[in-house]
Amino acid sequence: MTYVRYPVLIVGGLLMLTPFFWLVSSSFKTPQNIYIFPPQWIPEPIHWRNYVEVFEVIPVMRYVWNTVYVTIFASFGVILSSAMAAYGFARLRFRGRNLLFSLLLSTVMLPYVVTMIPVFIMFSRLGWVDSFKPLIVPHWFGGPITIFMLRQFFRTIPLELEAAARIDGASRPRIFLQVILPLARPALVVTAILALVFNWNGFLEPLIYLRKQRLYTLALAVNSLKEFESGLDWTHYMMVVATIMVAPVLVLYFLAQRAFIEGIVLTGLKG
Amino acid sequence: MAASQASHGAHAPLRFHQRLSFEETFFGWLFILPAVLGLILFQLGPVLASLFLSFTKYDIITRPQWHGIGNYVRLFSDDLWIKSIQVTLRYVALYVPASLIFAYLVALLMSGRLRGIAIWRTMWYLPSIVPAVAAAAVWRWGLHPEFGPINYPLKLLGLPAPRWLADPDWIVPSIVFISLWGLGNSVLIFLAAITGVPQSFYEAAEVDGAGRWMRFRAITVPLTSSIIFFQLIIAVIQSFQVFTSAFILFGSNAASSAAGPGNAALFYMLYMYRNAFGYFRNGYASAMAWILFMAVALLTFVLFRTQNRWVYYEAGDEAT
Repeated sequence: MTYVRYPVLIVGGLLMLTPFFWLVSSSFKTPQNIYIFPPQWIPEPIHWRNYVEVFEVIPVMRYVWNTVYVTIFASFGVILSSAMAAYGFARLRFRGRNLLFSLLLSTVMLPYVVTMIPVFIMFSRLGWVDSFKPLIVPHWFGGPITIFMLRQFFRTIPLELEAAARIDGASRPRIFLQVILPLARPALVVTAILALVFNWNGFLEPLIYLRKQRLYTLALAVNSLKEFESGLDWTHYMMVVATIMVAPVLVLYFLAQRAFIEGIVLTGLKG
Repeated sequence: MAASQASHGAHAPLRFHQRLSFEETFFGWLFILPAVLGLILFQLGPVLASLFLSFTKYDIITRPQWHGIGNYVRLFSDDLWIKSIQVTLRYVALYVPASLIFAYLVALLMSGRLRGIAIWRTMWYLPSIVPAVAAAAVWRWGLHPEFGPINYPLKLLGLPAPRWLADPDWIVPSIVFISLWGLGNSVLIFLAAITGVPQSFYEAAEVDGAGRWMRFRAITVPLTSSIIFFQLIIAVIQSFQVFTSAFILFGSNAASSAAGPGNAALFYMLYMYRNAFGYFRNGYASAMAWILFMAVALLTFVLFRTQNRWVYYEAGDEAT
C-alpha cells in the first residue's frame, strides 16, 4: 500500500495545484493566446501589461478597498459578538441557556435560501441596498459555528483563573476582556482566519446587495468581467483580478497554516 | 477571609449564593444578547416571514397581496421549476456520494505513517480556499471543449472528449467536477477523524488475525462514522443550494435567457434568485424557498432516523 500511496498523493496533489498554475499563467496571456490550440502552458509572449491595463479598464483599487473594508468589519464583528455569546454559554449559568444554545446551533442546518428574501426586504426597507451595511451588520450578531468553536475553547480555560479575578473584585465584562480573551488568543486567531476567508470570498450577498459598480467587491468584479464588453473577450483581465483575489488568501494560508487546519478540523468535529 | 469564602462556595451563606446567580443571569443574558437578537432578526423571524410571503404576491414596491396557496399551485405547472428540480437532484445525487467517497479515500491515503504530511495536506487543501468566483473563472477556460487543457490530452490520444460546459448532458457533471476540486475541507476533517482512532484497536485486531480490509471495515469506518454522518448532512444541505459556480458560468445574462443550453444549468437556487431578484416575484420565490426547506429538512430527518443503524457514538458522546 505504501508504494501506491506516494505516487497517488504526488500525482493527485499536482493535479489539484495545476488550476492555480493556469490561473496565473492565463493572467499573463494576450487575449488571442487564451483561446488557442494547443493550450499554452507558459505564455508566449509574457504579457505583463495585463496587470497595468486592467487598472485602466476597471477601478481595481477601489474594489480591493471595498472588499478589505467589508471583510475587516464583518470579521471583527462576528468574532467579537460570537466571543461574547460563547463566554455567556460556556461560563455563566442561567435559565434557558442550554435550550437557547441548541436552538442557535440548529440554525446551522437552516438553508440560507429561506432567510434570504425576508432579510433582503428588511434591508431594502431600511434603505441599505447599495451600501456595505447588509454585508457587515448581520455579522455583529454572532455566528453559530464561531460561537460553537469559541465556547468549546472557553470551557478548557481553568475556572480557578476566573475565580481568582472575581475575588479581586473584577466584574464579568472585565474578566471577559482581561482574562478570557487574552487566554483564548489561539482560538480567536483560528476563528478570525476562517471569518476573514469566508467574507473575502463571499459572492451571493454582495451580488444581492451591491448593484452600483463603484461598490463592487472583487468577487463581483471577477463576475462582471466575464461579460463580453463591446465585442472584446476579457478573460485575461478576469484571470488577473481572480489572481489578485486569490493571492492574499494564499499568503494568509502560508502564514497561518496550523491555525487554518485546526479551524477546519474543529468545524467538522462537532458530531 | 473573602478568599476562603469564595473558594468554598458550597459553604457560603445562601444569600451570597442567590446574589451570585442573579448576577450570573444578568450578565449571562447580556453577553448572549447580540446572538439572541441575531437569532430572532436574521433566522427565526425571516423563516416565519418567508412562510407568510409564500402565500402572497409581493414585488416590494406595493404591499403584499394575499394569494393563498396560489404560488404553490402555480409551481407545479411551472416547467422551469420542474426542470430546476431535475437539475438540482442530479447534482445532489452525483455530488454527495462522490465528495464523501473521494474525500474519505484521500484522507485514508494521508493517514498513518507518512513522510511530508504538511506538503500533502497543503497540496490537497489549497483549492478549497479559492473563492468560488475565481474557481469558476479558471474552469471556464480549463474545461473549454476546443482550447481547454483538460481536453487537450484526450484529443491528442484521439479519445472522445466531452464538451463539458457546452453539452447539456455534461453540465451537471462538470459543475460536480469543479466542486470536487474544492473538497479539501472534508479531507482535513476526515483525516483528523481517522488519525484519532486509537492505534491499540488496530493492534488488538491484528492479534486476532484481522486483515487490512477487515480492520478498515470493523474499526476505521465505525469509529469515524459520526464524522461521516455529520459531513453527509452538511453535503446534502449545501448541495441543494449550489449557486455561485452555476451563476458565474451560466447565470448572469438577462434573467429571461436560458441558463446554459436547454436550461441544463438551471439550478434550484439560480431559478429562485431569478424569480426574486430578476422578476421581483418575492412571494413565488419564497414558496420555492419553503419547498426546498421542507425537502431538505425531511431528508435530514430521514438521515437522522437511519443513524442508529450505522453511526457509532462512543459511550457518553451524544449526537447534538
